[in-house]
Amino acid sequence: MRRVLPPVIFGVMALVLWEVFVTLGRVAPFILPAPSAIGAQILEQRGNIWDAALASGTNALVGLIGGTLLAVLAALAASRSRLLGEVSIPFAAVINALPIIALAPILNNMFESTSSLPRRLVTGIVVFFPVFLNLLRGLREVNPVHQELMRTYAASGWTFAAKVRLPGALPHLFTGLRQASSLAVIAAVVAEYFGGLQDGLGARITSAAAFTAYPRAWAFVAGACLLGLTFYLVTLLLERVAMPWKQRLLS
Amino acid sequence: MTAVSVEGLTKIFNQGRSDEVLALSDVDLTVGDGEFVSLIGPSGCGKSTLLRLIADLIEPTTGSVTVAGKPAAQARRDQEYGIAFQQAGLFEWRTVCRNVELPLELRGVSKAERRSKAEQMLELVGLADFAGHYPGQLSGGMQQRVAIARALAVQPPLLLMDEPFGALDEMTRERLQSELLGICATTGSSVVFVTHSISEAVFLSDRVVVMSARPGRITASIEVKLPSRDEVGRQAPVYFEKITEVRQALRS
Ligand SMILES: Nc1ncnc2c1ncn2[C@@H]1O[C@H](COP(=O)(O)OP(=O)(O)O)[C@@H](O)[C@H]1O
Ligand SMILES: [Mg+2]
Repeated sequence: MRRVLPPVIFGVMALVLWEVFVTLGRVAPFILPAPSAIGAQILEQRGNIWDAALASGTNALVGLIGGTLLAVLAALAASRSRLLGEVSIPFAAVINALPIIALAPILNNMFESTSSLPRRLVTGIVVFFPVFLNLLRGLREVNPVHQELMRTYAASGWTFAAKVRLPGALPHLFTGLRQASSLAVIAAVVAEYFGGLQDGLGARITSAAAFTAYPRAWAFVAGACLLGLTFYLVTLLLERVAMPWKQRLLS
Repeated sequence: MTAVSVEGLTKIFNQGRSDEVLALSDVDLTVGDGEFVSLIGPSGCGKSTLLRLIADLIEPTTGSVTVAGKPAAQARRDQEYGIAFQQAGLFEWRTVCRNVELPLELRGVSKAERRSKAEQMLELVGLADFAGHYPGQLSGGMQQRVAIARALAVQPPLLLMDEPFGALDEMTRERLQSELLGICATTGSSVVFVTHSISEAVFLSDRVVVMSARPGRITASIEVKLPSRDEVGRQAPVYFEKITEVRQALRS
């Protein structure tokens, strides 16, 4: 309760201040609509928001899972070979610095306009890097005592990877996944701004804005926020389930 | 049969490079079956290096290491020894019990059997109630005891220990010393024990092997026969005589 209450109170106060500011200051709705207007739109559009969130959420989830699987395999490979590891890190860092979202219009043209694949691809690529880089760092940080112990147990390379490297790198994997889960939603939504299938939150936001229906646009933005939050919280939950030994330390 | 036999052992790290180190020079050492031998000497004299060579964690430059009558590499693959380091080195994602089980698991021991073995070992080090805890929930002394239980789990004929009590307070250390002696008495294990504490070496050992640095070599081997290994032993005149003898050997 103590941890939930302060942010809730803060949030309610911010909404009230926002409402008062917009009403008293006569701020035009295309600059900033009042939260009450947005709220009304959220209620009115809740069916559409839900459908759009489902569409964007599916794209984000598929991209997240695909990108993560690839990143885990790549990191495992890179951690086994010294050369591969040394080459891949600067390479991954450079690609990560590129605005990958900018690939969306190019990918859109490569596939049919009714395909969700370009969004999922962009999301997958965006997700790949934080997971890959964090996990690789974790896989390489093996406690030397653990290494020597496994040698005294005459453990094979594969046993060593499964019993020591991977579990030891789980905290790093989840650091990457936490970043990736938020990024996945952002990527999936923003990728829709560049045309293609008109079924997700991003497409709804652009079309509402094009019709100058600003409170409606904001209602879908709120939907995107909730979707991102959901992804993040589910990742946190998974982290707790996957690493019970961390959990016990806190309580 | 001898537990450990080391002959003409020399270890040079980074041979042929500018940072070449002669860590051990022409070391001979024999540890009899059931014998408790301590290695003592100034830091950097090669105690850990000697232990790692016996454990086949590093390769000798020249000379040979035989453990339980086999070449060191074969003895390691057959898990002829258990080892404990200064850091407990527990796997923090495994419970205490599953940490102790790990060496058995890698030997393909069945689940039920290794569980009962691990519980037995935890009983031995007085941590039966903590089987379900994670290492992060234990104090340093308790973690070290888990590490010792793990080293004992496969009931190795030989125990290698590198300053296992180095990071512990005096009280815990003395209790663990007694526990270790009790365990060795029951299992009949031979022990090679690295320490930098003279009193610890004298109290625990049948023989204290004194080493000197640069280059690392054995300078003395002192037999210790205490009347008993308990409080009475710690008060005995022999105990103090041997402490003085080891101290003098270390000085010269
Ligand atoms: N892996 C290594 N590479 C290079 N030098 C080493 C290595 N391990 C130990 N040494 C050197 O060998 C000497 C003996 O080290 P060590 O056996 O750790 O001493 P001790 O355990 O007696 O304090 C030291 O001079 C140390 O610097
Ligand atoms: Mg040492």
